[in-house]
Amino acid sequence: MNVLNEWAFVGLFAVLAPVFPALPIVIAWLFRPRKPNVLKSSTYECGVETIGDTWVQFRVQYYIYGLIFLVFDVEMVFLFPWAVAYNEMSLFGFVAGFLFIFLLTDALFYAWKKNALDWK
Amino acid sequence: MEEFCTGLCSILAETGADPGLALFLSLLVGVLLVSGVPLITVILLIWIERKVAARIQDRIGPNRVGPVGLLQTIADMIKLLSKEDITPTAADRVLYNAAPLVSFASVVLLWAVIPFTPFHYGVDLEIGALYFVAIASFGTLAIMAAGWASNNKYALLGAFRVVALLVSYEVPLVFALLAPVLLAGSMSLVDIVNAQNGMWFVVLSPLAFVIFYISSQAETGRAPFDLIEAESELVAGFNIEYSGMKFGMFFAAEFLHVFTNGIIMAILFFGGWMGPLYYESPLIAFAWLGAKGGLIYFTTLWLRNTVPRLRIDQIMAFNWKFLVPLSIANLIVVSFVLKVMQELQLAPRDILSAGFGDLLPTTIILLLFNGAMILYLLGILRKRGREARRESQETRPEFAQTATVAGH
Repeated sequence: MNVLNEWAFVGLFAVLAPVFPALPIVIAWLFRPRKPNVLKSSTYECGVETIGDTWVQFRVQYYIYGLIFLVFDVEMVFLFPWAVAYNEMSLFGFVAGFLFIFLLTDALFYAWKKNALDWK
Repeated sequence: MEEFCTGLCSILAETGADPGLALFLSLLVGVLLVSGVPLITVILLIWIERKVAARIQDRIGPNRVGPVGLLQTIADMIKLLSKEDITPTAADRVLYNAAPLVSFASVVLLWAVIPFTPFHYGVDLEIGALYFVAIASFGTLAIMAAGWASNNKYALLGAFRVVALLVSYEVPLVFALLAPVLLAGSMSLVDIVNAQNGMWFVVLSPLAFVIFYISSQAETGRAPFDLIEAESELVAGFNIEYSGMKFGMFFAAEFLHVFTNGIIMAILFFGGWMGPLYYESPLIAFAWLGAKGGLIYFTTLWLRNTVPRLRIDQIMAFNWKFLVPLSIANLIVVSFVLKVMQELQLAPRDILSAGFGDLLPTTIILLLFNGAMILYLLGILRKRGREARRESQETRPEFAQTATVAGH
């Protein structure tokens, strides 16, 4: 099977995968009772009306974690080709990869020193 | 599956069907066959999970419907089908309804690259390992969408925690994943299993397995990392507003994800289908993969039902200040030691054709280094534990007695 067919398989899988969970939901939609009322479809709280807006801004700490994650995630994608070529790699390529990991570690310690990793 | 699809394709083409249509139909049959495996196992998994949890908690578990309660899941499915489905008026309807679909679909999609036997798999993507990481993070997205779209305070808090927790634990997960990729010299999962012909990667790099295990437990949101649905604080977390079959889909997706992670770990570290007599029949190979995956799955259930939930600051500190530096250090040690040995002609460069004997010196040296690292880590943990206990004794003298008992 050539490369195109492999990805055609994945593509078809991606199209069909949401159908599997959708099927029981549609079947349930055919059978289930429908008796909505105002109280039933109000937001769930501990017995009282919910106060204030729910869709508020995230706390800044979540953004910091998100940013650190983004840095690491993008850089780790670059490490995968390095790992794949590892066995045939010359010493130069190996040391270059090592320097890259060193920079990554440096970034982690910078974030650590700046207290960006502490839950506040 | 490749041979099967091309075979079916040529048979269909011979009957005079359009070549494009023949290809589409054969691919469709392939997709349905591959996705059938997780869809059938998930029904069994729910029963296994409930039964194991019950035994650990000294209960019997479901035992009324069918023999030893085997049909309980079917009964529950019928119940969920007949339940009223409530969409809160305040919710974002599109996102709210799409989230359970994405959640379940992302787990089923993982099975496209899982090699069941040497010849039976959906596709053997050259970037299989990367595909696994990419698709698995769709589940995070679905949980976040569910929490946000519900327009509920509890659900939103659950979604907030997802951003912090699941995203953070992906870093050590991917770093640990680099170890088998590096050892096999390929991202294809079939190649990774074939490369373990001489020695399982769990022996060559046990620390990478431990890191992968812990972070995949966090990725599925299981105890001790089950903050996203912490019942005692958030009632149910992100899925609080969901009812009926939509809730059922989140439920099934979580159970299936845990089992899928078990299978992935069996493939990456425990030699997948490898085992005595695996070449005799595909069924034996399939059974080996199922047995290894099932065993790892059982230990995750055990862990889930044994350890208490951690606080979010503890979880984040554990990840960023312990697991991430450790996973980087592990990658550096493994790659450095292996390269030095390759330069000294002690380790084979082509692991696919290397046998047990060729890998023996590599195994011993890597094991020694890993053992030294594990001993050092245990020393650090012991010291930290002592400090924490001393601190708690000073600040909370009323618990001094229990703390001392726990300390010994």
